[in-house]
Amino acid sequence: MEFINLTDEQRDVLCEIGNIGAGNAATSMAKLINKKIDMQVPSIDVVGYDDMMELIGGPEALIVAIFFRIQGDAPGTVFFILTMEEAENLVQQITNNVTFNLFSDGSLDEVAISVLQETGNILTGSYLSALSDFMHINMQPSVPYFSADMAGAVLTAGLMELSQVTDFAIIIDTKINHNDSKNGVHGHFLLLPDPSSFQKIFHALGVNEDV
Amino acid sequence: MCDTKTIVVVGIADLKVITAPDLIRTSGLGSCVGAVLYDEIKQVAGLAHVLLPESSLAKQTNINKYKYADTAIPILINKLVEEGARRSMLKAKLAGGAQMFQFASNSDVMRIGPRNAEAIQQELQACQIPIISSDLGGNAGRTIEFDPVTAKLKIRKVNREVNYI
Repeated sequence: MEFINLTDEQRDVLCEIGNIGAGNAATSMAKLINKKIDMQVPSIDVVGYDDMMELIGGPEALIVAIFFRIQGDAPGTVFFILTMEEAENLVQQITNNVTFNLFSDGSLDEVAISVLQETGNILTGSYLSALSDFMHINMQPSVPYFSADMAGAVLTAGLMELSQVTDFAIIIDTKINHNDSKNGVHGHFLLLPDPSSFQKIFHALGVNEDV
Repeated sequence: MCDTKTIVVVGIADLKVITAPDLIRTSGLGSCVGAVLYDEIKQVAGLAHVLLPESSLAKQTNINKYKYADTAIPILINKLVEEGARRSMLKAKLAGGAQMFQFASNSDVMRIGPRNAEAIQQELQACQIPIISSDLGGNAGRTIEFDPVTAKLKIRKVNREVNYI
C-alpha cells in the first residue's frame, strides 16, 4: 500500500485524532506543571524521511525524544519531542528547581531522564487513551524509551516498521505550548500509525478507507 | 586553479558519488550505517546511508534499492566505477549502527543497528572490498564527512570531540 494522496475527508479525520489526543495530553500537562497550556491545530504531513527530519529542525538538531510503540489493534509509534532547552525548562518546572542542569559532567542527569520519561509517559498515556476511547480501538503504549541526540539518529529508530513498507510516513504533528515570556515549553507529539493501521482508523471513524 | 570545495549531502536511504576536491557527508546516523567506498589514488568516493539490512525484509513491490545494505552496496560500486574508480582498488570505511534506544526486548526489529552493520560487513566481504576502519555500534548519533583527498572519515558525535578514522 502506498499512501501518498489522502482525501480531504481522511485528512480531517486524522487532524481530529491529533486534536483529541493532544487536547487530552495538554490538560495532563497543565495539571502537571500547574500552568495554562495552549495547543495548535494539528498538521497532517505526508513526508519522506528527509522531510521528516526537517519538520523537527534538521537531522543534526539536538532533541530529547520519548518514544513509545503502540500495541493493540492499530499499532504505530508515538514520539514526544522537545528541544534541549525546552526539556531543561520542563525539568526545572517539575522539580521546582530553576537552576537544574540537564547535563551534569557532560552526561545527561539521571533525575532529568527519569522526570522526562515519566512526563512523557503521562502525556502519551493521556494522548493514547483519548484516541482509544474516541475510536473504540484498543491501544496500549509500551514502556517509554528515552533518547537525547541528533534528530536524524533518534527518529529513524521509530521508522523501522514503516520503512519496510513504504518510503513515506503520515505524521500527525500537534504542538502544545506553555508560554510565559522566557521559559516556554513547546512539545511536539508525532503520531505515526503503521501503514496497516490506517484502514482500521478510517473504518472506525466511518470514512472511506481506500487509501 | 581555484577549485571550489562543495559538500555533497547524502540523505536517508540515499547514495551519492563525488570526486576531489568535493567532500561528501551525511547527518544524523543512528541505527543507519554510513558506508564510504573510495579509490584513494583516483580520489573518487561514494557514500551510502543504509537504513535496513536486507531487501528481503521489504513488504513493498517497488523497493528503493538505496535503502537496504545488500542492494545499495553493489549499486554504489557500479556508480564509483562509472566515475573512474578502479573496482579492485576500492576500500571501505564504515560508521553508524548505533542502538539509539535501550530496548528491554531483544526483538530483531529493535536490534536494527547491529544488524545493519553486520549486513554491510557481509556484503563488502562478498564483494572483496577491505574495510580499512570503522566506528560502529554504541548509542550515539553520528554525522560523518569524507574527504577523498586525505581518505579520512570525520566523525562528529553530540558532546564528544570530533575524531577521524
